[in-house]
Amino acid sequence: MASLLGRFCRKMVVPGSAHGGARLVSTTTSCESETVKSLNLYSAINQALHIALETDPRSYVFGEDVGFGGVFRCTTGLAERFGKNRVFNTPLCEQGIVGFGIGLAAMGNRAVVEIQFADYIYPAFDQIVNEAAKFRYRSGNQFNCGGLTIRAPYGAVGHGGHYHSQSPEAFFCHVPGIKVVIPRSPREAKGLLLSSIRDPNPVVFFEPKWLYRQAVEEVPEHDYMIPLSEAEVIREGNDITLVGWGAQLTVMEQACLDAEKEGISCELIDLKTLLPWDKETVEASVKKTGRLLISHEAPVTGGFGAEISATILERCFLKLEAPVSRVCGLDTPFPLVFEPFYMPTKNKASFFCSSVSSPSKTHTFSCRH
Amino acid sequence: MALSRLSLRSNRFLKPTPTLLRHVSTDTTPITIETAVPFESHLCDAPSRSVTTSSSEILTFFRDMARMRRMEIAADSLYKSKLIRGFCHLYDGQEALAVGMEAAITRKDAIITSYRDHCTFLGRGGELVDAFSELMGRKRGCSNGKGGSMHFYKKDACFYGGHGIVGAQIPLGCGLAFAQKYNKEEFVTFTLYGDGAANQGQLFEALNIAALWDLPAILVCENNHYGMGTATWRSAKSPAYFKRGDYVPGLKVDGMDALAVKQACKFAKEHALKNGPIILEMDTYRYHGHSMSDPGSTYRTRDEVSGVRQVRDPIERVRKLLLTHDIATEKELKDMEKEVRKEVDDAVAQAKESPVPEPSELFTNMYVKDCGVESFGADRKELKVTLP
Ligand SMILES: Cc1ncc(C[n+]2csc(CCOP(=O)(O)OP(=O)(O)O)c2C)c(N)n1
Ligand SMILES: [Mg+2]
Repeated sequence: MASLLGRFCRKMVVPGSAHGGARLVSTTTSCESETVKSLNLYSAINQALHIALETDPRSYVFGEDVGFGGVFRCTTGLAERFGKNRVFNTPLCEQGIVGFGIGLAAMGNRAVVEIQFADYIYPAFDQIVNEAAKFRYRSGNQFNCGGLTIRAPYGAVGHGGHYHSQSPEAFFCHVPGIKVVIPRSPREAKGLLLSSIRDPNPVVFFEPKWLYRQAVEEVPEHDYMIPLSEAEVIREGNDITLVGWGAQLTVMEQACLDAEKEGISCELIDLKTLLPWDKETVEASVKKTGRLLISHEAPVTGGFGAEISATILERCFLKLEAPVSRVCGLDTPFPLVFEPFYMPTKNKASFFCSSVSSPSKTHTFSCRH
Repeated sequence: MALSRLSLRSNRFLKPTPTLLRHVSTDTTPITIETAVPFESHLCDAPSRSVTTSSSEILTFFRDMARMRRMEIAADSLYKSKLIRGFCHLYDGQEALAVGMEAAITRKDAIITSYRDHCTFLGRGGELVDAFSELMGRKRGCSNGKGGSMHFYKKDACFYGGHGIVGAQIPLGCGLAFAQKYNKEEFVTFTLYGDGAANQGQLFEALNIAALWDLPAILVCENNHYGMGTATWRSAKSPAYFKRGDYVPGLKVDGMDALAVKQACKFAKEHALKNGPIILEMDTYRYHGHSMSDPGSTYRTRDEVSGVRQVRDPIERVRKLLLTHDIATEKELKDMEKEVRKEVDDAVAQAKESPVPEPSELFTNMYVKDCGVESFGADRKELKVTLP
């Protein structure tokens, strides 16, 4: 975790104009000179929201209970600071909330909408898929809702059960017209959220709620953005490439450490943006290592891992030395008492690392798990 | 509480001795009691405030509500000791609804509700042990330990259970009612939803369907005045939930008064069988926070909560009724509460004995014939499941 979260130097873009907007002025690869503060993930999100509202007077934050800070405290202090006309509670009506956000964005505003849990995004699914994603296309570019950003906490927390644990990202990755972004740490969360809010396309931004309090990292105080659709190699290696996003990277980092004890050198990639995703970074890595393991919490069948697998197979077929493997959630509803079985744990991942990397172990288990 | 003069048995000499309690408690002689608060109605005539009941029924109310309350308090401490995991929403404060509704209907009438479902389950005749087992994710639980707090069901009592997505159960309830009507059964469906859920679009879609086809659907809005931290006045343009069906008749009921609830549900059932859907807005209150992670004190004052406890508590109201009618003595009621307490403690102990479900259960109940799924556990031990 420490090495995963504790990276200071990565590519960031700092907006230059006083009112932010999407104008990117300077690119920096180092920020040692900036003031940084140790923050957890929800505080980093909170800081990003403060900056977003501060830098663009036409931005709004709303959702269920957000006026009070939201159930995960991500919106704490915003209503006090920016007033109830820009930060407000909505009634309990996800479809209405997102539709309202689309309308607000269509008038040139930035609507930052909170869905309390990713599990509750489904009532708004129609609005996202049929309205938000296709507005620009079907109006021949007359209208769009590019100012729309939908934030939702996703993923397991250890005991969330059926309706507080799901990872629905794959559904949205099947929808051209929206972007899907998932950060892995506080620092990433701040930069990626600011990019998402300022991106001229509607973005669904899933936040790893397991890390809200657990992940603490040095986060620059200033306004910065991390580019979308750029993956990052967060650990370099030669024998196998691991691809993941969000909270799963913490698990995969541990798996890498385990595998490395067995002499397997692992390269770990954070995809960050799932739609549209950075195929080149993954391709380059797999061409080097010859092996690929993808891991996500969502059920394996039809998960986004399948898309990555197919794409890499097309691009790297002759370089692959083992079948692509997926260490994912099981094909069951997210369980309450069986969460440890369901989850793509560190041991499952490191086992696959070694089984695909050393020929003697290959095929001990089928790839279906 | 206003009492009907005729039925007021205030004669001290008639006061039953403790040994006679059994007699009195099974006394089903009708007595009439007037509800403290009048019903308010929308597009229908309100039912009478005089409720016919009996000593036995009131005593049953007391016992059942005391059991519900005790169960929720036990669940609270089990949660705090981490024996219950997941999300857990308690019903204490709202018990009059569960008992009053049951007193007016049969177990062939269907009930469907939200995640705040523990007491509705008990009301349907569910066992305490099955409830606690489910809460702790044990085999013996009413959903085989696979549902947890938010997902209690009881098919043999037509309890279609707890639903986690706010508002999603409302159209389902109308579907149940359609089936009842289609089968020409003289039964109805009670669909429970909160004041927060009342803002979901699904409610209005369901109301239209129910009214269009005159379905025997009773939509019960459990208005406990908050949807999580949001007070009704913040989220509803019109907090008169019984009128929000527009063309659907409605009734506002004192949901802290079991007898008023019973009267309203009886009225609603007759209405629904004859004329189609009706909304019952139950004015009620939850004492606990929204769920176990909510202390329940940031968006309302402690005074507000204690005020309701003092003035409107559904159990205290029934206790007073039993005392003023000389149906039971203070001591008898205390003893009854002690018994209930023991009953709950025993149930908890028994539930703790129940094993957790087999790991293979992770893969069952997804389809009629479950797919064979292979997996291996967190400890790398292989766990192969091939199901029939
Ligand atoms: C579609 C959906 N959105 C949000 C939630 C999160 N949530 C659970 S309960 C609740 C409040 C519901 O309030 P109300 O309907 O008044 O019922 P009460 O909890 O008061 O019984 C919210 C927002 C959810 N479960 N489902
Ligand atoms: Mg409520």
